Amino acid sequence: MSIHTKTLAELALGLRNKEFSSVELTRALLARIEAAQPTLNALVSITQDGAFAQAAAADREIASGRGSTLTGVPILHKDLFCTEGVRTTCGSRMLDNFIAPYDATVVAKLKAAGTVMLGKTNMDEFAMGSSNETSFYGPVRNPWNVELVPGGSSGGSAAAVAARLAPAATATDTGGSIRQPAALCGVTGFKPTYGRVSRYGMIAFASSLDQGGVICASAEDAAIVLRAMAGFDPRDSTSVDRPVPDYVAALQMPLSGLKIGLLKEFFDAGLDAQNERRIREALALYERLGARLQEVSLPNLPLSVPAYYVVAPAECSSNLARFDGVRFGYRCEQPRDLTDLYRRSRGEGFGAEVKRRIMTGTYVLSAGYYDAYYLKAQKVRRLIADDFDRAFAQVDVLMGPTTPTAAFELGSKTADPITMYLNDIYTIGANLAGLPAVSVPCGFAGNLPVGLQIIGPHFAEERLLNAAHGYQRETDWHSRVPPGWD
Amino acid sequence: MEWETVIGLEIHAQLATRSKIFSGSATAYGAPPNTQANLVDLGYPGVLPVLNGAAVRMAVKFGLAIGAEIAPVSVFARKNYFYPDLPKGYQISQYELPVVARGALSIVLEDGSEKRIGITRAHLEEDAGKSLHEGLARYSGIDLNRAGTPLLEIVSEPDLRSAREAIAYMKKVHTLVRYLEICDGNMQEGSFRCDANVSVRPRGQGSFGTRAEIKNLNSFRFVEKAIHHEVARQIDLIEGGGRVVQETRLYDPDRDETRSMRTKEEANDYRYFPDPDLLPLELSPALIAEVRSELPELPDQKAARFASQYALSAYDAGVLTASRELGDYFEAVAKGCPGEPKLAANWVMGELSAALNRDGLEIGASRLSAPQLSGLLHRIADGTISGKIAKEVFEAMWSSGRDADAIIAEKGLKQITDSGVIERAIDEVMARNPGQLADYRAGKDKLFGFFVGQVMKATQGKANPAQLNELLKRKLSGG
Repeated sequence: MSIHTKTLAELALGLRNKEFSSVELTRALLARIEAAQPTLNALVSITQDGAFAQAAAADREIASGRGSTLTGVPILHKDLFCTEGVRTTCGSRMLDNFIAPYDATVVAKLKAAGTVMLGKTNMDEFAMGSSNETSFYGPVRNPWNVELVPGGSSGGSAAAVAARLAPAATATDTGGSIRQPAALCGVTGFKPTYGRVSRYGMIAFASSLDQGGVICASAEDAAIVLRAMAGFDPRDSTSVDRPVPDYVAALQMPLSGLKIGLLKEFFDAGLDAQNERRIREALALYERLGARLQEVSLPNLPLSVPAYYVVAPAECSSNLARFDGVRFGYRCEQPRDLTDLYRRSRGEGFGAEVKRRIMTGTYVLSAGYYDAYYLKAQKVRRLIADDFDRAFAQVDVLMGPTTPTAAFELGSKTADPITMYLNDIYTIGANLAGLPAVSVPCGFAGNLPVGLQIIGPHFAEERLLNAAHGYQRETDWHSRVPPGWD
Repeated sequence: MEWETVIGLEIHAQLATRSKIFSGSATAYGAPPNTQANLVDLGYPGVLPVLNGAAVRMAVKFGLAIGAEIAPVSVFARKNYFYPDLPKGYQISQYELPVVARGALSIVLEDGSEKRIGITRAHLEEDAGKSLHEGLARYSGIDLNRAGTPLLEIVSEPDLRSAREAIAYMKKVHTLVRYLEICDGNMQEGSFRCDANVSVRPRGQGSFGTRAEIKNLNSFRFVEKAIHHEVARQIDLIEGGGRVVQETRLYDPDRDETRSMRTKEEANDYRYFPDPDLLPLELSPALIAEVRSELPELPDQKAARFASQYALSAYDAGVLTASRELGDYFEAVAKGCPGEPKLAANWVMGELSAALNRDGLEIGASRLSAPQLSGLLHRIADGTISGKIAKEVFEAMWSSGRDADAIIAEKGLKQITDSGVIERAIDEVMARNPGQLADYRAGKDKLFGFFVGQVMKATQGKANPAQLNELLKRKLSGG
């Protein structure tokens, strides 16, 4: 078994047992990254020098008997987490020259835990997209078939983990940006409860929806990383002050008696027949493991896409106002005056999808439209959250597909934003309600991976990880490596 | 036609917190540009605001002091507009749900009656930075030291009917915020400034006229002049057949006029919405009770107490409570000089205030301490020196910082109360001025003052005035 196909848990054990050093592991993975870059384009920056320095320091820690589970484990960061002294682009020309002067809390925590940063992953520009095609740095390609998209916006993170370039990559999820690419790339993507992971240093897209999480091969790996990432941060007023459970210790609970709700609204006409078959097979396995299934209806859930495409652009139109060419980031050449500086810096610095959302958001917040759009969307959001609350009074977790279809061809949906937006139809609900959710590989449609989505009540991370891990103990879908990357 | 003026004020009081409202940067005034701006103030990608609890307590303090409702839940909102000194492209403010609502203050009108001025709301917000143009060719500079400084915006009802009322109200708020120690009130540094909404209507008309908002008035005098100017402009406009348009105007103190900045049509659509980076601000009854227990004696309460405890007029009590420091000073003087509160009040409002004004000092920087002034007043009360000599002693104390007794002893200013000494002086004056004496005795009563002056001169002003009067009268009439 080659070193790169080991899970994060196996690598951590190998490091501790000194089967290999962190420097060796880092060298091996950096070589894979270099080799994969022309094909997959999964990274925006490769931080080779920093990685070797961190790996050497980690090896010294391990040699002296100190260090934590993650000491010496190489990881990647999505390029919207600020990394001190390292370029942080958010996939945008606007930040092509931006060297972050500080570490995001997530980055600082994982650094303190001893991880080694190999680089920064490609992503849709400002996390706006479902296919990784809006990146200023070009699209990421799906390792299962390079003609296909990896999903988005955390497409670089998902593709890199799928191609075994790194055992884990941080990611963020505003409307499905962790779970959808994880499903399309056949890896495990975990989005925690809103407020569980600090947003400080995560470049904001839609503040009330954005949540940092992780993409790994397995739920066990996700538990290890999440344990180090999560927790209250006094610098983020929306982070929640409650203790972080030991997610790893919680993985061994039996699944018997688990009450699973089948999300009726997710098994709609848009769901591909092969995907549906894989999901129903996964549910049948849970039943065999002692879980009980019942259908649950969330009548307002079909309104989640329109509600999301009001709320998220509204917040983004305001969040992205700071990119004005004055203090950092892209500035146009030879501005004539202030208005020209604003117009051209923003006009040239932002791509089409970002501009579309800024304009949509500006419109829905405008005088005379605020009540009809923004306020109405917030009310719908409340209704959807209430639907979830009612469902969780009956069941422990909700299950359904992560996406309507498997990965699609590059360029096939870029002409029609609505078609693209509908790819997130099953994932957005959890963001609107702030719920934790995970996508787990559950088989293939043709040669392409399919993701099972598990959604839980607020702060039920342990329950979700346990449910995902229980399934992965019985299946090997999460261990499948795309042909040519094994 | 007789016109009535209608004014509402929006006062911006900079809260006296050590750090900014959403970041840990210092708020001190006058630092070199951009040395008090951290990543949050600069609006860097990824940073988040964290509310300063001290600013919240100050807002609550103000709300309690004006008898307002303190919102159990209030909401921070984003006011979106582009400007180079606004780093995030939005200002965090409070919009639909302010922390303080529906309070009032009363002002004293010229005829002595009181008028209640409603305060619609007071909300927390962050200040913007400053654009610098001086000394920079082709460029503008940005100083973000002020960006994120906490402000309390205090919005009055349109209850004010003249520039005088507006000034009285503004001074009342100014006094109150300094009593509460929530704002240093420094208008030159912009810590206390206001916008005035001004309109006119024919007297008797129920509905308001169209208003103009005059921005950024940073002295009482400018507020008064700007309102006078604006009222005259609006009346001229209407009487000339024109119409007032709703707009924002800027007062130019150099030309003493207001100029249009932008009309309603040109106004920004601020696209307010709740700030998703900040949770709603929840205030527990326990916190409100705690802040209430920390409230100092308020200006009106102190004035009422002074009036009854020290038997002062309402006017004097009002003057002496204009600031907390002045009230404390007066009270210390009065306590150091029991039984003579009126004397203490007169000296604090008279000589002391004049000397402070002359030297441009605040009461806190007075060259005379309250016990020193009490010491002087003691010597007036016990007859050691006359009121006139006391003024001389006061000046000597003011310039030297020494105590009254030392100066009286050194200069030999102790009053002469020995009738023998006074009589001898009178006799000498009478002997030296036989002509005036004859005229006086022939009925020229006015010459009495001449003799008083001569005797005082002879005694270097130290003769006890009452004794001198009595003895002189007797001697002149030949007794």
